[in-house]
Amino acid sequence: MKNVYINGVGAVTVQGVYDENFFGKETVPLNNVNYAQHPSYKNWITPAMIRRMSTAVKMGIYASQTALDDAQLTTPETIITGTGMGCLQDSEKFLRSLIENQEQFLTPTSFIQSTHNTVGAQIALRLQCKGYNFTYVNGANSFENALLDAKLQIQNSETQNVLLGGIDEISDYTLSLLEKIQHIKKEGESIDFKNPQTNGVPFGEGAAFFVLSDEKTAETYAEIKDVSVFNTPNKQDIKTEINDFLHQNQLELEDIDAIILGKNGDMAFDAVYKEVAEMFHKTPQIYYKHLSGEYNTASAIGFLAASHLIKKQTIPVMLQLNPIQPVEIKKVLLFNQYRATDFSFVLLSQ
Amino acid sequence: MEALKRELKERIIEVLNLEDIAVDDIQDNDPLFGDGLGLDSIDALELIVLMDKEYGIKLSDPKEGKSIFQSIETMAQYISENRTK
Amino acid sequence: MKKVAITGMGIISAIGNDSEENFNALIQKKTGIAPLQNVASVFTHKLKAGEVKKTNSDLIAELRLPEDNSYTRTALLGVYAAKQAVQNAGIEDINEYTTGLISSTSVGGMDFTEKHFFEYFKDSSLDKYITSHDAGDTSNKIAAYLGIKGYVSTISTACSSAANAIMLGARLINAGKLDRVIVGGTDALSKFTINGFNSLMILSDDYNKPFDDGRNGLNLGEAAAYLVLESEESLRQSQKKVLAYVSGFANTNDAFHQTASSENGEGAYLAMEKALKVAQLNKEAVDYVNVHGTATPNNDLSEGRALVRLFKEKVPDFSSTKAYTGHTLAAAAAIEAVYSVLALQHGVVYPNLHFKTPMKEIPLIPNTELKQKQIQHVLSNSFGFGGNCSSIIFSKA
Repeated sequence: MKNVYINGVGAVTVQGVYDENFFGKETVPLNNVNYAQHPSYKNWITPAMIRRMSTAVKMGIYASQTALDDAQLTTPETIITGTGMGCLQDSEKFLRSLIENQEQFLTPTSFIQSTHNTVGAQIALRLQCKGYNFTYVNGANSFENALLDAKLQIQNSETQNVLLGGIDEISDYTLSLLEKIQHIKKEGESIDFKNPQTNGVPFGEGAAFFVLSDEKTAETYAEIKDVSVFNTPNKQDIKTEINDFLHQNQLELEDIDAIILGKNGDMAFDAVYKEVAEMFHKTPQIYYKHLSGEYNTASAIGFLAASHLIKKQTIPVMLQLNPIQPVEIKKVLLFNQYRATDFSFVLLSQ
Repeated sequence: MEALKRELKERIIEVLNLEDIAVDDIQDNDPLFGDGLGLDSIDALELIVLMDKEYGIKLSDPKEGKSIFQSIETMAQYISENRTK
Repeated sequence: MKKVAITGMGIISAIGNDSEENFNALIQKKTGIAPLQNVASVFTHKLKAGEVKKTNSDLIAELRLPEDNSYTRTALLGVYAAKQAVQNAGIEDINEYTTGLISSTSVGGMDFTEKHFFEYFKDSSLDKYITSHDAGDTSNKIAAYLGIKGYVSTISTACSSAANAIMLGARLINAGKLDRVIVGGTDALSKFTINGFNSLMILSDDYNKPFDDGRNGLNLGEAAAYLVLESEESLRQSQKKVLAYVSGFANTNDAFHQTASSENGEGAYLAMEKALKVAQLNKEAVDYVNVHGTATPNNDLSEGRALVRLFKEKVPDFSSTKAYTGHTLAAAAAIEAVYSVLALQHGVVYPNLHFKTPMKEIPLIPNTELKQKQIQHVLSNSFGFGGNCSSIIFSKA
């Protein structure tokens, strides 16, 4: 069984594109709805292609290319992506057109671009990558589902490397619907991640891509040890789930050097994060959604944060949820869920 | 005919989202597909809808589009002969 | 690879509400395609489609769901078929062994979203459907209905989705991550997909004729189907009867165009070739190919070329079953998996309906009459938008 390493990283986020100083520079505070800060895509994508691309595709192309450049890999063998809602902008465009024009004069571009696997497909097309190409669309653990697949493939020598990504974009109408049912915070409402006082999340969008490989290099960020995804805790008890996960990796609570929590500022669903924080009260705790906002694949930004801090062996101040400092950062556990479903654990090591 | 050609260029730029191209950049006899403007099969479908919506011309077979959409000139010619709007 | 046992199947499609009904229709050449009735569209009564003969109310009643529910048709079909598969596999306690669900869909809850798009802001009783839109929610509903809390995943790669779900399920079983997994897909008809395919001008105005020179497009359909895959360990304990095996598979990308297939069928060729390699089978071992065969000018030519490239003059007996069911998008590979298992069990090659003239470019002739023969291995193809090409090999138990 091969080991699985993270060798390249790239992202487009609410805070801008990822670079070495991403977790050290001044951040943009979140509102209830937060759009990504985009680079200039014109340098990356030809006008002929860019004219059809939604935000998700553009972000995906940029993030995947920067990850490949970071890993010094030209063409990956395998591409696996996760997305919660897929290419929503094109989907809404086609749907709106369909309804408003009573099914007449419909043009195909937005329909074609609306299929969930468009980002993965466009990346493959651009890179002429004819290998395995899957897209997972499973709500808040879409990215971890993709990650699990990628890890299995490399472990079992089915592939030597994987381009892995998590992407989601904001689209106006869906946004307004989510606001209507109060999944998203109201405009102007205060947003407190440490002790949420109101329901709903600050919404965001973004793309984060990684190059995974069976080869460790001097530039490797971290090693992926284990991934677990589940719908709801089987025994209704998150403590047991976490302990089981750690034990199957021959670890105890104390062996974890840092825990990364997907806290998203939603009071209604913060209890489980509080419970886990309690379990790890002696451990350095990290949060990241105050930078990325919440969206189905925001946990990919958590994964990015974990990769970064394991490589640098220091926890950036802006990510610190509690003041405990690590002695060393060997084992990092990530925990995420959304509205009491789509749970995931990821274990990374140095 | 000149007005129609100009209108066609404007509509094509709009419908196909050709942001960096101006009306004056498109020559009447330049090939629209392949070399030239570089449009593809999906654009052809978009143009078929354009013809229906704006000029009332219905094409039932996408292959018919090949000769009609060769250039602005051929498009304008076909439209002026067949338009119902 | 180690082959993975299939111990249960569930299916609902335009040609029947279970495996037996579907099989009877296939061997009796009875198509389920008819003028569109149940979708309120400008195309109603004009276009032909493969509709499931149960209404949403029928399904809700049969599944004993509460009246106040947020199931979309895609979810209803999915639960119906998944439940049938679990029953067919003789499973009483779903959590007796580590059991997961891998579902797939391309429509998701769109069939409801498109109905209520502009009404959401006028009628708050519709709020419950807002979260039913995304693909993952459909899987969550199936999981909740069956009582599965652990591994639940959703794949959405257009028309190859269910094949990919089956592949992933087999891999997870072999990796020891799951003892059992329910795999498949579901898609209901929707105005969105009808109009989408129509805008691409690839819908036929008549019955679809796969591989025929005069073919002019596809008929859409709706369906759901699931297989139950089990590990050796789980089988050893239960001593259950194996219906067939998943013995090989591959997923590749054509990387040619967002919707069209490459002229020489590169993605298709690579997928079929790799599936055989994974199954460690020679191409002569394939007794029947259930082709993707959507009857679009592009797919059939591309797939045909790939078949000839791979099998040369010895293309095995092949047919498309989409003239019976229509193209059921994400569910296609799942219903065709059921048909492949039935073909293995009964030793039949299904007729390819409406075929008269071979394509002028390549003289491939599908099977047009029911053929009885010993079938050891079936190759099933499913190709989706985004160049996603999947092939699975099913083998006799």
